Amino acid sequence: MKQNEGMTLIVKTVTRVSVWLIFLYGIYIILHGHLTPGGGFAGGVVLALGFLNIMLAYGRKYVEGWLNIKLMKDIESSMATLFLALGILGMSFGGGLLANFLSKGELFRLLSSGTIPILNILIGTKVSMALFVVIYSLAVLHIVKGGEK
Amino acid sequence: MTVYLLCFALLLVGVYGVLTKRDLIKIILSLGIMGYATNLMIILFAYKNGAIYAILTKANSLNGKPTGPMVDPLPQALILTSIVIELGITAMLVAMSIRLYEKYKTFDITKIRRLSG
Amino acid sequence: MPVETWLIFILSFMIVGSITALELKDLLSSIISIGVVGLGVSISFLFLQAPDLAIVQFLFEIFALIILIRAFMRRDYHLKEPSRSHKFLVIISILTLVSIFVLSINIFKLLPPFGQPLMETSKYYLDNAARETGAANIVTAIILDYRAYDTLGEVTVLFTAILGALTILHMKRHAKSASEDSNETK
Repeated sequence: MKQNEGMTLIVKTVTRVSVWLIFLYGIYIILHGHLTPGGGFAGGVVLALGFLNIMLAYGRKYVEGWLNIKLMKDIESSMATLFLALGILGMSFGGGLLANFLSKGELFRLLSSGTIPILNILIGTKVSMALFVVIYSLAVLHIVKGGEK
Repeated sequence: MTVYLLCFALLLVGVYGVLTKRDLIKIILSLGIMGYATNLMIILFAYKNGAIYAILTKANSLNGKPTGPMVDPLPQALILTSIVIELGITAMLVAMSIRLYEKYKTFDITKIRRLSG
Repeated sequence: MPVETWLIFILSFMIVGSITALELKDLLSSIISIGVVGLGVSISFLFLQAPDLAIVQFLFEIFALIILIRAFMRRDYHLKEPSRSHKFLVIISILTLVSIFVLSINIFKLLPPFGQPLMETSKYYLDNAARETGAANIVTAIILDYRAYDTLGEVTVLFTAILGALTILHMKRHAKSASEDSNETK
């Protein structure tokens, strides 16, 4: 079926240039979560839509050879564990669960406000991997008829 | 007060969809409508007349404290969590309804109830 | 124009869109009409001075539309005609919902008027968030420092929901191989 081979040459060339800008925009929203609106959740969805752009333009078989889907599932599961580990680390430095134990820094700077940027990065990675794996499973389910993987 | 009543009417449209439709996809869409109406209602409680969004910049803060009224940030933090969970619920409902279609070959909930096993 | 007038206009547009989405017979058209409701909620969040929520609502709603269209396209299905008892039950449920709406007008008069929230806890958050956490975005400071335990619960719920969806989508392989084994041994 032609679905597996992706779209025309124009779409592939434009995607090859513009998908990196989408990834840059997603990483910008995640990193500046404590200064401007956005944060981990919004940036994670933008990254997942960037991966979906590649999958639509180049076809499912190309993405299977280029990305490692099992590694994505493992990264998603380990991010949730790292969130919990950071919380217990905060408890061991005095204070309650998930306390802010790094230095506060000055206001309006990029590296400030303790553990908040680290938690934003963890959440953003987790959400993007989770959403892309669900979309990939839905795509596999339909093209191979009958639901076998 | 008119705004609150219109949002409640949107919630009741969602309840009408869940009660009377026999098509599984329309029921999933009605659950989505009820989720949107609930989130909007709680943010309507948090608006202050003539206030600005709750982000400090160099222009509207003095020494770390805001100068001028700001909207209520606490309901916004709670609804952020709720929007993310709604997506997870929708994804799981869609997966279950695909399985039901492959087993019973229909989306009609009256037929799914009558066939057993 | 004041904010309340814009909100009344957008809300009535959303009510018309949602009734259209439920009554259409074509499947793709009703899914697209739900997109109208979701985008209307995102614009309302912008009018209510909540830019974080507008971004998140817009993106997640697009993702939900993509999942719905991908899963339900090219499915043909036939519904039989509704019987007379079904039409009678539909009329009774519409009458019940309209009476609930009319009787609840008195309850909505007890709420504080639109645009004057109480803000007793938030006064502490607005005054002390920059000094105690060092973040400029007060909503991010609330979800990742003051109420980080709720964010831990939400990450767990999202993880469980995605895990459930993946398990259900992969289930046929084991059932099919198990039934093939039992057919061969017979």
